[in-house]
Amino acid sequence: MTDKTNITLTINGHDHAIAVEPRRTLVDAIREDCGQTGTHIGCEHGICGACTVIVDGEPVRSCLMFAVQAAHKQIRTVEGLASGDTLHPMQQAFMDHHGLQCGFCTPGFLMLAVGVLERNPDISDDDLLDVLSSNLCRCTGYQGIIKAVRAAAIEMRK
Amino acid sequence: MKPAPFIRHVPKTLDEALKILAQVAPEDGRVLAGGQSLVPIMAFRLAKPAHLVDINEVENLDKIGNDGKILRIGARVRHGAFHTSVVDNPLGALLTFVARHIAHYPIRMRGTFCGSLAHADPASEWCLTAATLDATMVAKSTRGERAIKAVDYFEGIMSTALAEDELLAEVHLPLLAAEAKFGFNEFSRRAGDFAMSASLVTYTIKNGKIAGAHVGVGGAEPSPRRIAEAEAALNGQAPGDEAFRAAAEAAASVIEPLEDHQTTGEYRRDLVRAVVRRALENSQQ
Ligand SMILES: Cc1cc2nc3c(=O)[nH]c(=O)nc-3n(C[C@H](O)[C@H](O)[C@H](O)COP(=O)(O)OP(=O)(O)OC[C@H]3O[C@@H](n4cnc5c(N)ncnc54)[C@H](O)[C@@H]3O)c2cc1C
Ligand code: FES
Ligand code: FES
Repeated sequence: MTDKTNITLTINGHDHAIAVEPRRTLVDAIREDCGQTGTHIGCEHGICGACTVIVDGEPVRSCLMFAVQAAHKQIRTVEGLASGDTLHPMQQAFMDHHGLQCGFCTPGFLMLAVGVLERNPDISDDDLLDVLSSNLCRCTGYQGIIKAVRAAAIEMRK
Repeated sequence: MKPAPFIRHVPKTLDEALKILAQVAPEDGRVLAGGQSLVPIMAFRLAKPAHLVDINEVENLDKIGNDGKILRIGARVRHGAFHTSVVDNPLGALLTFVARHIAHYPIRMRGTFCGSLAHADPASEWCLTAATLDATMVAKSTRGERAIKAVDYFEGIMSTALAEDELLAEVHLPLLAAEAKFGFNEFSRRAGDFAMSASLVTYTIKNGKIAGAHVGVGGAEPSPRRIAEAEAALNGQAPGDEAFRAAAEAAASVIEPLEDHQTTGEYRRDLVRAVVRRALENSQQ
């Protein structure tokens, strides 16, 4: 056994002091150690994108990072998108344009789309389509997701 | 699945990283760069390294340098760094074009150029780039530093000339001629998947004829390489359908294609013919 290390994960501005083994993935630490279960785990090897979170402004697969690597970084998850009762424009657009059915993939798609649009607000429709090919959804057939993200992109540029 | 336990080392300087690597390499210690290949392999328990030397906090490894002749890419330059051109030379546009074909956006935020070269997947776009452009790999260890040419570097599927205790510290890519043309094409079944065949080409035009052609093929053989027969079919010819088809045919006829349960050798040969022709066609746009 390897020893646990004490680290602090800052998730949506809140500090979580936790003790983890080096092999603990970031997504497991977010869910199991910090209790933030909005972020989902699908494949655990980088294929599905369900675990996408934003670390220091970059959307990343949290199953392919170790929690110890994210200490002292700013982590954002789906729980941090809405402000109070007002949904983030991306969340609202997913509701308005049928961007989800079962919702399993949704936190990952939201963090992917928000992360990319914050970095690159004027991204072209074609490039946005390429970005959305990063994540898998077994329900919607993607058209609703694409519509929602394009609508939110316009809203976020305002 | 979850990765097996390991001890993590977090050096802050290159010297420190090399010292630790020298100590732990004999006990299955490895470098952890972007983790975008290593962590999935650990999750499958195909790799259970006892030690990881995490280079994400080592100073100065994320530098891209350029002296007017050579572009130097440091060990922690991530794929995403090439989303916009890193150098005012056709090489900058080439790298941006190729980078978009690697995995997906979030993976490109973490995965590194040098990590791809160390991992040496036969279908890696950066390995194809290094082979096509005659890159030099700079390996460092406590024993010293050595420069390895691309032709000597790739040794087969996920196998390179790097020794266990060596860190791939930099990759050097020669800048292209200011008027150089390039083209790239790959075939994969889904967006972001590893390519089943890919081709990268560069050349210049002298007096209306192709000169100095480089034709690289990846994903088709255990390692990417330049195909001399295809280059010979281009040099001295006017760019256009006839020369492009001749080069594609030459490449398809000389490769020794990989086979797997989904792809026969003959299918891969057909793909090579197609990707080389398409890369050459792209080069004219
Ligand atoms: C879903 C998915 C799709 C992908 N699709 C593609 C694709 O289409 N094309 C493609 O090319 N790649 C693809 N990748 C892999 C990705 O590009 C990786 O980033 C890359 O292969 C490895 O780089 P890394 O920095 O992540 O290395 P790591 O995963 O950290 O390391 C990989 C290996 O290289 C060694 N290593 C890393 N850096 C060094 C160094 N500086 N010196 C010595 N050894 C080192 C490690 O010890 C390890 O053995 C994909 C990955 C995923 C998860
Ligand atoms: S759980 Fe991370 S990509 Fe699938
Ligand atoms: S809504 Fe069910 S997986 Fe996407």
